[in-house]
Amino acid sequence: MAGTYFDFEKPLQELQEQLDKARETHEKGKVDMSELITQLEGKIEATRKEIYSHLNGWQKVQISRHPERPYSLDYIEHITSDFIELHGDRNVKDDKAIVGGFASIDGETVMIIGHQKGRNTKQRQYRNFGMPNPEGYRKALRLMKLAEKFRKPIITFIDTPGASPGLEAEERGQGEAIARNLLEMAVLKVPVICIVIGEGASGGALGIGVGDRVLMMEYTWYSVISPESCSSILWRSWDYKEKAADALKLSAEDMLGNKLIDGIIREPLGGAHNNPEAAFKAVKDEIKKHLKVLKAMEPDELVTTRVEKFGSMGVYVEG
Amino acid sequence: MEFEEEDSGDKPSWFQRVRENIVTKTKDKKSTPDGLWEKCPRCKAIVPAKDIINNCYVCTQCEYHVKIGSREYFSILFDNGKFTELDADLSSGDPLEFTDTSSYVDRIRVSQSKSGLKDALRSGTGKMNGMPVVIACMDFGFIGGSMGSVVGEKIARAIDYGRVHRMPVIVISKSGGARMMEAAFSLMQMAKTSAKLALLAKEGVPYISILTDPTTGGVTASYAMLGDFNVAEPEALIGFAGPRVIRETIGKDLPKGFQSSEFLQEHGFVDFIVKRYEMKQKIATLLAMIWDKKAK
Ligand SMILES: [Zn+2]
Repeated sequence: MAGTYFDFEKPLQELQEQLDKARETHEKGKVDMSELITQLEGKIEATRKEIYSHLNGWQKVQISRHPERPYSLDYIEHITSDFIELHGDRNVKDDKAIVGGFASIDGETVMIIGHQKGRNTKQRQYRNFGMPNPEGYRKALRLMKLAEKFRKPIITFIDTPGASPGLEAEERGQGEAIARNLLEMAVLKVPVICIVIGEGASGGALGIGVGDRVLMMEYTWYSVISPESCSSILWRSWDYKEKAADALKLSAEDMLGNKLIDGIIREPLGGAHNNPEAAFKAVKDEIKKHLKVLKAMEPDELVTTRVEKFGSMGVYVEG
Repeated sequence: MEFEEEDSGDKPSWFQRVRENIVTKTKDKKSTPDGLWEKCPRCKAIVPAKDIINNCYVCTQCEYHVKIGSREYFSILFDNGKFTELDADLSSGDPLEFTDTSSYVDRIRVSQSKSGLKDALRSGTGKMNGMPVVIACMDFGFIGGSMGSVVGEKIARAIDYGRVHRMPVIVISKSGGARMMEAAFSLMQMAKTSAKLALLAKEGVPYISILTDPTTGGVTASYAMLGDFNVAEPEALIGFAGPRVIRETIGKDLPKGFQSSEFLQEHGFVDFIVKRYEMKQKIATLLAMIWDKKAK
């Protein structure tokens, strides 16, 4: 059971505390609490269902950042075997905020690439909070080109608060690195499936996000800017993040409704961190389902369809 | 637009316009045939407007490159300033019904009437030293030159036009980045324009990206950095993250010249820097050297 509760989960936390107490008393054998325990368990389930049935944008953003949420390497560990991690961009260094390599999903070789965050302070720094530098995007492109060479499908996991803003990132061409990936991914001759598993912030997310299928997990977000930054720029204050989250229409439902993604992967009740095994299975099933369709397509057809899909995105008035 | 603009540049008049009656005290009356003088925002020199215009909007005293828009660039680059505008009737929708401190629809309306433009980019086809080309040029005066669906679509169509008619494509960038009020629609214009450039490249048609002050955010992370030739005007601000964001992240002041055209050339991301009054000649010469429409 997850140990971190959000503000909007307060009723759940209180019930859980009552349940823990009841269990403790019961186990000490003083009083038979089994009836109360069953009651509380039912109540927790019902309350969780209630809360999760009407989450707003900002609440989904919070869930996408839950510290116990599965990250790319967790998915890789649980849905693939024989993962062989490949390091480095062959130029500057190995960026720890993006991981990648060949792996096998039920006997089928795929290239898996994903943003990687850390769980504790040390790991977070090591992974640069999941914010890649240019060499991360260039490593990702190198691996995608390898996959194309050996005609293996590509899976990417998106989970970043943005590409790293810093002196070195600018010196080494952060803009160019992301731009190059967008251009090259558009014309890769193998199937590309991109899945937003957490945060999908701006160009830093899109830099590994041009695919035949772009899917979002239920409690993730994807937009041009984080709600906090949007609030600070448009409202000139950090206090409008909830409003900004709604205005940006950054949830999976909104993104699908606007035809900017191709599908939503349902998460277990309470979010992926609440039942990781169920989340791993859901992701694996979706990958296999879409791969089957995409593998039947000719390489040229894949490219044409992919370019047309992104080419048709946008809303404007003509005339 | 993803980043707060340090210098809004939204003012329609780039130079501080000085009326004759104000400057007659210090300046010679006889040399002002049109009665209009301009004050350079950098060196503060007061020079006749027509000298600046004849110098491609570059200060005759200190070489400061005045921020100009598509109108001026088209008159500088196309032969005799003649061109046929493409997709002139595209304007923004409001897909997200976006409202912050004011509504997006209102912002568009105000920007349109202030600038006389439909959106932040115009494109056209014409000749450069006799060679047919397509030029798309951003207008910073329209919501900070931000890239929304209209900018993305017009660039995509300009690239397609160049591919189908086998004409070199030139895009002049001047932008604060993605347009927040179109959120993910704006983000996806990065993928859209880059994908179109991939198709153009396959056909062997040249693409020249001209980076001007400022070029940042999602524009830098897509078409602005993807030129066969990346060409910059002198001393332009060019970067992915905005200077303020970086300063706040690293907690100290940025080195002098950081994210300037010269910095980008030094670090290998710009092929060459060209003064605006030499731009047309140099680009036309380059294209004449490499481009043969019939060859494929
Ligand atoms: Zn001057």
